[in-house]
Amino acid sequence: MTAMAARLTRVEWQSPKTVGIVGVFLGALAFWLALPPLASRTVLLPILIGLLAIAAGIWAASRGVTRLGWGAVAAGLLGIVFGVLATRSSTANLDTVVVWSALGAATLRYATPLIYAAIGGLYCERSGVVNVALEGMLLTGAFFGIWTIIWAHSWAGGFAWVVALVGAALAGMVLAAIHAVWSISLKVDQIISGTALNFLALGITGYIFIDKYGDSGTPGNITDYGIPDIHINFLQNWYFIGPILGQLNLMIWLSFVLLIGTYVFVFRTPYGLRLRSVGEHPRAADTVGISVYKVRYIAVIASGGIAALGGAYLSIGFVHSFNENMTQGTGFIGLAALVFGKWRPFPTWGATLLFGFSSALADRLPQAYGNQWGTLFQALPYVLTIIAVAGVIGRSIGPAASGRPYEKQ
Amino acid sequence: MSDELVAEEFAAAPPPTGPPEPQQRFPFRFGGLSGAAGPIITTAFAFLMGGVAVAVIGKNPIKVYRAIFDGTGLNWFFHFGSNSIHVPFTSNHVWFWWNTSSIAASNLQQTLLITTPIICSALALAFAFRCGLFNIGGQGQYLVGSYFAVWIGTSFVHLDPILHIVFCLVAGSLAGAVFAGIAGILKATVGAHEVITTIMLNWIAVWVGEWLFGQQGPLQNSTQPSIPVSNDIADGAKLPVFWGPPLLQGLSIGIFIALAALIVYWIVINRTTLGFEVRSVGFNPEAARYGGVSVARSYFLAMAISGMFGGLGGALDITGWEYRLGQLDIPANQIGFIGLAAALLGRNTAIGVGAASLLFGALLNGTSGRQLDPSIFRPDLAGNLTTIIQGLVILFVGLNLTTIVAGVRRRRRA
Repeated sequence: MTAMAARLTRVEWQSPKTVGIVGVFLGALAFWLALPPLASRTVLLPILIGLLAIAAGIWAASRGVTRLGWGAVAAGLLGIVFGVLATRSSTANLDTVVVWSALGAATLRYATPLIYAAIGGLYCERSGVVNVALEGMLLTGAFFGIWTIIWAHSWAGGFAWVVALVGAALAGMVLAAIHAVWSISLKVDQIISGTALNFLALGITGYIFIDKYGDSGTPGNITDYGIPDIHINFLQNWYFIGPILGQLNLMIWLSFVLLIGTYVFVFRTPYGLRLRSVGEHPRAADTVGISVYKVRYIAVIASGGIAALGGAYLSIGFVHSFNENMTQGTGFIGLAALVFGKWRPFPTWGATLLFGFSSALADRLPQAYGNQWGTLFQALPYVLTIIAVAGVIGRSIGPAASGRPYEKQ
Repeated sequence: MSDELVAEEFAAAPPPTGPPEPQQRFPFRFGGLSGAAGPIITTAFAFLMGGVAVAVIGKNPIKVYRAIFDGTGLNWFFHFGSNSIHVPFTSNHVWFWWNTSSIAASNLQQTLLITTPIICSALALAFAFRCGLFNIGGQGQYLVGSYFAVWIGTSFVHLDPILHIVFCLVAGSLAGAVFAGIAGILKATVGAHEVITTIMLNWIAVWVGEWLFGQQGPLQNSTQPSIPVSNDIADGAKLPVFWGPPLLQGLSIGIFIALAALIVYWIVINRTTLGFEVRSVGFNPEAARYGGVSVARSYFLAMAISGMFGGLGGALDITGWEYRLGQLDIPANQIGFIGLAAALLGRNTAIGVGAASLLFGALLNGTSGRQLDPSIFRPDLAGNLTTIIQGLVILFVGLNLTTIVAGVRRRRRA
């Protein structure tokens, strides 16, 4: 916090960097003014503010801050296009789609499984093991979460969800343990092993699901004893914040704890330093006496457990049922968020919020504008991630030793 | 180790940024066993584990596998007799060893129809593998190829049939090439990891397809606005059926195109300069660079050619028997990923890929709801069984048995 405050006081208001950032904000403002609650109806406003953003961007770019500058130009252009589109659209339609509090709550709900997947991936990839099996780990967590909750409900009653979370995490850890043995000890290509585990998870969960619940689906009363929502009464009446934070699922709050805990652990403790050194330069870590294999095993297995918790949230905290392949690429969006956030906790969290917001918007757009427009929004996370790895907005580079098995000498 | 040596080793450590690292990815001699022994042991083991999964839920594995095998139509080869065969494009009949119109024959036609796109998807993987690239985007390339085939096939209705078919296949292949080329060019210029980019491209392909073929989508059919399916492609764009009834999914000549693709793959890899360069980059990019090979160009071409195979697979599927594409088919489709398993199991050789594709094609067809008797084993369970077997094959085919045995021996000695 103090570091942040210090950074704020050090801002030079006329530096190209600041102007670039202001430009990006102006671009967003151009669009925002045309949306409810302000819903400006004139075309001029978004165009004027957008042009300001573009001017700021060009000024910044011409003074050497190219990335941010061009980012501001792009934000200005997008602001003009979407702003004008919004002023052309009917107010009724806009009011149906843009309900900020509902969008905010939905964003958090969609982002939560992504956070768990991405944080799980962060541990794994920071230790130098590529994890493309996040999708399979989420799916495993989702299925074993619901399977254990149904089993535990008869004897643990209202606390069945605690048992279910443990069950889901254990199942994810078993899957991750296979990945660990294959990629660390047997030195199989980590992508091959991860891909295989995705299929195994898909096949095994589908197989047991069809055998157990194939005819009638999972029981409908899981809503009654799933992971509880946290009702914060005094918040309920606050403007905007109330509807978003007033009744979030427990797992969403836990994800914030996990996020901050991960940041502290990975970047502020000796254990985190060991983890990162093993991922960046395993030989150096080995030379100073860190057991590369041990660190990698722990990291990979932990990653499976964390990702599986995200899956459990999906099945017993969010939709309260299970279906074959119900994650449908959620794990891959989590991986995308990790890459987009450059393997760092808070930027990754920002990416999951962005991707969650695009899902939330995709959900609401059809209510006013027909079925088609939501669908393309679902592709947005993937497009943004490709742009990120292509280096347009700051190159995204993973841990140096990522993907390479370590051979002890 | 002296301090200088340690320092020297650190100095030679890989830089954190810059062009892709040289690395030899794939143990080309699987398990250190010669020929097909490794893949065959892997397959046998995967089927054994699958059998355990069947036994766990109280079914008889032998009976189930027998039923699946009968559904594949591969038993057709074991039913000999005195039959006649119709010589294509004439009215003559000649004596033939096998009965070409039995039920088993019709099952075999289905198996070969599914094998066709699997071969192409497997080649999409295999070609990039040879260049040291892991093209996990075979699924996306297959999908994009099929979208373009539907688009060309449903427009240009009055085109000459042969021209129309060629147009469909070429458009599908080129679309796949361009789509995979994105990953190739990113790898070649900024070193973006092809696994990340191709995974993302897969999902972009899925969602774009949902948009194209969904309600009010650009390629949705023109007569029933509530059904998210494309129009049927023109009759002229359908591949000729040479075996079985054309109206009931007989076998089209697409299988020969896929086999030709296998031969082209073998020739390009083993007998051309391009293939030599691609393989040399695959073995060691650094050495290839010193030898004067443009590594960036090889990466791009390898991805583009891979995508071409993948796109061709999608186009063959549309023009060969599907004739249309529905929104719901798109996320359910797994052909590209099955191709991935087939390429790994076939060790990226032309013959291996062909045989492994036939195995997976047969497994897919034998476990489909159309072929498998629900009283013996539920087809939706069997579908998941296929996925499990597929996963086990990928998991175990990458194991290098010799390294593992050597490691165990070393540990015992220590």
